Amino acid sequence: MKMVVAYIRHEAFEPIRADLLEAGFPSLSITEVKGSGRQKAITEHYRGSQLAVHLRPKLKLECVVESKDVGLIKEMILRHARTGSVGDGKLFVLPVEEAVRIRTGEYGEDVLQAHEGEEVMVNGDRP
Amino acid sequence: MRRIALAACVPLGAALLMPAAAVAADGPTLDETVSSLNTLWVIVAGVLVMFMQAGFAFLEIGFSRAKNAGLGVVKILTNFSIAALAYWAVGFALAFGGAGTIAGTNGFFLDVSSAPADAAAQFPLLDIAGISPAALLFFQFVFCAVSLAIVWGATLERIKFSAYVIYAVVFAAVIYPVISHWIFGGGWLQVNIGMQDFAGSTVVHLIGATGGFAALLLLGPRRGKYGPDGKPRAIPGHSMPLVGLGVLILWLGWFGFNPGSTLGALGNRFAEVVLVTNLAAAAGVLAALCVMYMRTKTYDVGMAGNGAIAGLVAITAPSGYVEFWAAPIIGAVAGVIVVYGVVLIEKWLDDPVGALSAHGLAGIWGTLACGLFTAPRLAELNGVGDGGLWYTGSFTQLGDQALGIGVAFVCVFTVSYAVFALIKATIGLRVTADEEDAGLDIAETGMYGYPEQFIPPSELVGPGLPATRAAPQPAPAGVTATAVPGEATA
Repeated sequence: MKMVVAYIRHEAFEPIRADLLEAGFPSLSITEVKGSGRQKAITEHYRGSQLAVHLRPKLKLECVVESKDVGLIKEMILRHARTGSVGDGKLFVLPVEEAVRIRTGEYGEDVLQAHEGEEVMVNGDRP
Repeated sequence: MRRIALAACVPLGAALLMPAAAVAADGPTLDETVSSLNTLWVIVAGVLVMFMQAGFAFLEIGFSRAKNAGLGVVKILTNFSIAALAYWAVGFALAFGGAGTIAGTNGFFLDVSSAPADAAAQFPLLDIAGISPAALLFFQFVFCAVSLAIVWGATLERIKFSAYVIYAVVFAAVIYPVISHWIFGGGWLQVNIGMQDFAGSTVVHLIGATGGFAALLLLGPRRGKYGPDGKPRAIPGHSMPLVGLGVLILWLGWFGFNPGSTLGALGNRFAEVVLVTNLAAAAGVLAALCVMYMRTKTYDVGMAGNGAIAGLVAITAPSGYVEFWAAPIIGAVAGVIVVYGVVLIEKWLDDPVGALSAHGLAGIWGTLACGLFTAPRLAELNGVGDGGLWYTGSFTQLGDQALGIGVAFVCVFTVSYAVFALIKATIGLRVTADEEDAGLDIAETGMYGYPEQFIPPSELVGPGLPATRAAPQPAPAGVTATAVPGEATA
């Protein structure tokens, strides 16, 4: 099992999310983060004086998948997150020791993502 | 006691009246006093209408996302100021400077010092209203500014600031004055056709919405408004409380807008217009809420606000022409129209505040409502047109109203579309995709409307980097010995 962690632009998330859903990976988390890299600071002008803001807003995307799926997930994220300009972000792959579905107590790779036959809820549909 | 007091008053009153009567010979005449009274009311009403700018600002800011909140302030200030200068320099003369069929010619850069006695001859409306030319100019200018503010509601969150500046000059100097001359200032629609528009359902609101419509066709929707399947998605505004504040300020301002259009306080007509206006707005809110509740089973905040605006817009033209009973009907129909209008228009056009529906469709309905509900006695009182279908059984007035709407729409749309097309071809109408994503606040004004939301606290009010690193603090007694035994000896 691996955890894919990607720091991406806000606008990249929606297409990535759509592709992941379609490929059967609905389980993920995002966090709004502020961080710095090679991208320049934003200059805020306020009544004639300036303020350099070095930490830019990004999205942190986390997703735990079976080891065999890592290549696919990486490719999907890169396809949409890469604009070619400085500030596209970074992607990390981390090993994961254990996974437990809290509702049932099941554990192991089976609990990671939805599988065939399971219903996937989209856009806040209520059961 | 009372009788004694009254008796004591009589000689006192007589004593007070005596010098007044003596002064009257070379003091203010009754005509002058009446003129001052009317001028006072028109200025008070004009000030109320000016405050509607605050209403538009908050309404639009509330319906925008937080990243575009600050720009709304500078936009309103800039447009209002451009309109103020352009209307004084050019607009007022075209609108009210004479009874020409197409436009007036007197009073460019209005200056009353040269021939004050001549004012009534230069500006025919003054003959009827008997108010100061300055009051007339100010009152008509704030109408122009309202109309201009309506244009931009539909274009929020993606239009370039420079587009505002260029169109504002053309709008306040030419487009608005010419149409308002036709309908308010003794032009052909008012005099030859007999089109009734008391305070501007067509002149102010439909014109503004038409300008916005032209801009919208060339501007396109906000990024992300329409999904890959082409269906519209909600882009929620960031503050419904601000929307509510905006709506209530506009509602208050309308008590200057419609009642002030009596252009005088004498005869107390303005009080009746206040009541008519209020009834329609209330009916608009309730109708919009009901329709929305039946559709979604929720009490929609934004739509309640749109309902109020639609009711007010619709009653603007008939406010001086209808009896009290017609006002709730006109307002309620507007409240229904605005809900279906917003839902329908959103399928093709991205109008963040619903201006096309609340000002455009409701403006058309309100102008037509004159043709249905105008009371013959009030048509006679205002000296424009005839009674409506309800009273006379005749479709004539309704037809006149429809003609006026059509003419105003076509003219304003053509000129506005040309101006916006020119702007688009030269300097561009729209910000870049990156700027739109970052928000117009940081892209256009260079500052965030809500800095704390976008700048991390450490950078916002942080002390900055220390010149030298602070020396490590000694660990509390007893901790080092047990915490990490291996390192304690190092």
